[in-house]
Amino acid sequence: MNYKVIILLNRCDIMDSSEAIFDGLKDAGIDFVVSVPCVNLSKLLDMLDEDEEITHIPVTREEEGIGICAGAYLGGKKTAILMQNSGLGNSINALKSLMELYKFPLLMIMSHRGTEGENICGQVPMGKSTPRILESMDFRFFKPGNPEAAYEDIIDSWDLSQEEGKPVSILLEISYW
Amino acid sequence: MARREAIRDIMRYIEDELVVCNIGFPSRELYDIKDRNENFYMIGSMGLASSIGLGLALARPDKDVVVIDGDGSLLMNMGSLVTIFANNPKNLTWIVIDNGAYGSTGNQDTYAQTIDLCKIAKSVGFENSFKFEDIDLKEIIKSDNTSFIVYDTEPGNSKAPIIDLTPIEIKNRFMETIEK
Repeated sequence: MNYKVIILLNRCDIMDSSEAIFDGLKDAGIDFVVSVPCVNLSKLLDMLDEDEEITHIPVTREEEGIGICAGAYLGGKKTAILMQNSGLGNSINALKSLMELYKFPLLMIMSHRGTEGENICGQVPMGKSTPRILESMDFRFFKPGNPEAAYEDIIDSWDLSQEEGKPVSILLEISYW
Repeated sequence: MARREAIRDIMRYIEDELVVCNIGFPSRELYDIKDRNENFYMIGSMGLASSIGLGLALARPDKDVVVIDGDGSLLMNMGSLVTIFANNPKNLTWIVIDNGAYGSTGNQDTYAQTIDLCKIAKSVGFENSFKFEDIDLKEIIKSDNTSFIVYDTEPGNSKAPIIDLTPIEIKNRFMETIEK
């Protein structure tokens, strides 16, 4: 195998949509993750389960996960929640009256359903409103279009979240995967 | 007796444990009875006391964590019974003060009056599911499973004042005190 091919293979590794997010979480220092699954997050969730440094706690409902992340942060962990954007709707009060109130940082990795290419009509109403809901909550979010951007945005988001004392979101549209 | 006496009773057993306390009058009463840096008072997000306690217990296995919850709040986050049982942090003790009422909003009845919370916890799988009157809390705190304890009281709020700490002060002094 010549040098050029090896470079290309390595580049393919880095380009993988799930691995880019996993690497971003690792390099941001995230060591505690809660999740409610989405089909688009499947590979990432498996990677988290296999990682010995990250505690991964599946939860029954996203709001519960927000509380668990607050507690874990009190105990010294760097926290993230992985969920569909539907989970944003399930956790709005906790994001405001727990996370923002006490200035807890939190990284929110959201599979943004109801975007271009969605084939389940039930996802569309919440999908359309998700960015505006975040804007009205006065929460920052990023919409990376490719894995390299996702990796960078995740690292920046954790720093931003700590500075602001507020959750920061990464919205991963269907086209991202 | 009402909730205030139950909290006073619970705090007799607390030494270096971390305490997460439910929103509203429970936190105000705890603050009035025994304020300490290792108390986390909830000011918002009703229902999440046990979830905060779970995250804390998982993050700090070297510390014992005691959650003071309420029946109305538990009913708002029943999924927490399943998540906590499945993770079973042995350093977590979850006490539900069951007065059958939404105390902080005017003592409206809760559905907890018609159900047995201990039985529910047992049916989920909690081996340590007891009435407070039947246990020694210190032994339970030190036991090797998550414990679910129900403390039955009458409804009623005391004249405990509003907590005069900001949420950020509550968080910062808690974190600074328990920092490794």
